[in-house]
Amino acid sequence: MPEHRVLEIREPVLGRNDEIAAGVRADLERAGVFALNLLSSPGAGKTALLEATLTAIAGRLRAAVIVGDLQTDNDARRLAGRGAPTLQVVTGDICHLDASMVRRAIDQLGAEGIDLLFLENVGNLVCPAAFDIGEGRRVALLSVTEGEDKPRKYPTLFRTADLVLITKTDIAQHVDFDIGIAMASIMAVAPEATVLQVSSRTGVGMDAWLAWLDTQITELRTRETGNGAER
Amino acid sequence: MHEMSLMQSALDVALDHASGAGATRIVSITLRVGEISSVVPEALAFAFECMREDTLASGATLHIEPVAARCRCRACATEFHPPGAVFECPDCGRPGGEVVSGREIELSRMEIE
Repeated sequence: MPEHRVLEIREPVLGRNDEIAAGVRADLERAGVFALNLLSSPGAGKTALLEATLTAIAGRLRAAVIVGDLQTDNDARRLAGRGAPTLQVVTGDICHLDASMVRRAIDQLGAEGIDLLFLENVGNLVCPAAFDIGEGRRVALLSVTEGEDKPRKYPTLFRTADLVLITKTDIAQHVDFDIGIAMASIMAVAPEATVLQVSSRTGVGMDAWLAWLDTQITELRTRETGNGAER
Repeated sequence: MHEMSLMQSALDVALDHASGAGATRIVSITLRVGEISSVVPEALAFAFECMREDTLASGATLHIEPVAARCRCRACATEFHPPGAVFECPDCGRPGGEVVSGREIELSRMEIE
């Protein structure tokens, strides 16, 4: 008669991804690398923001980029030649970056001597929200062309964002974008998030975005120095 | 959400534990799934049917236990069950309550022989 037993497990199931992500995060923090997960719908302006950002920080900060897309290396090509090593992850059918993809990409790219690692996620307001990829902070982009209610429609993604960047502000008036309604929508699901407005094309708002990046790097380095002293 | 890959992960963990315990078959698997975990229980059950074939879990029963969502207001510390996606405090009206429970996706227990 086979012995019947009950095993109490109590283990989280996304565990494998989260374990890998925790390892990525620890390695990056130890190396003083500030990693940013950029999430948005397709076409909200992640790559354009990176084009403008890499140009602005060239010579001052050392950056690298890992960009995920289902197909093509178009984004990596757009970002090439701006002083930041860039690696394209072609996910095939997978609609989000996960920690194992980012782990492999970082191992390939090497993160030594980098101040800023941009992780440009697959354009998708649903799935990427659920996957920790070892980032230091999450940035959700909301372009003025998408309408003001996307945060309410996709609350999980916006709720997990540290910074919400409203993009393409230079054309806001042409699409009757109402910043007040958008702010209310963001505050309803993510009242703790910082909100900035930017136009990558004209440069309006870029200073505040760059200042935010600088602050994050400084805070990370200060925390790590403190941790190092304790260790 | 990605019930297929979630179920794959759950099965991997379950099979690890089963072989570690010297089991010859898995009788049942119990998953705790949070109300706001973005997991659709029916899709998880369907994924289980597809994936348990030719494993120690091929004859196992899947139990899914829902875990209620609870939030804590960041302003007044009231705990409440969020009625919708905005997590608004029923006492003071502040949106964006902190999630205390409801996001879990957990392999809770297994019965083996």
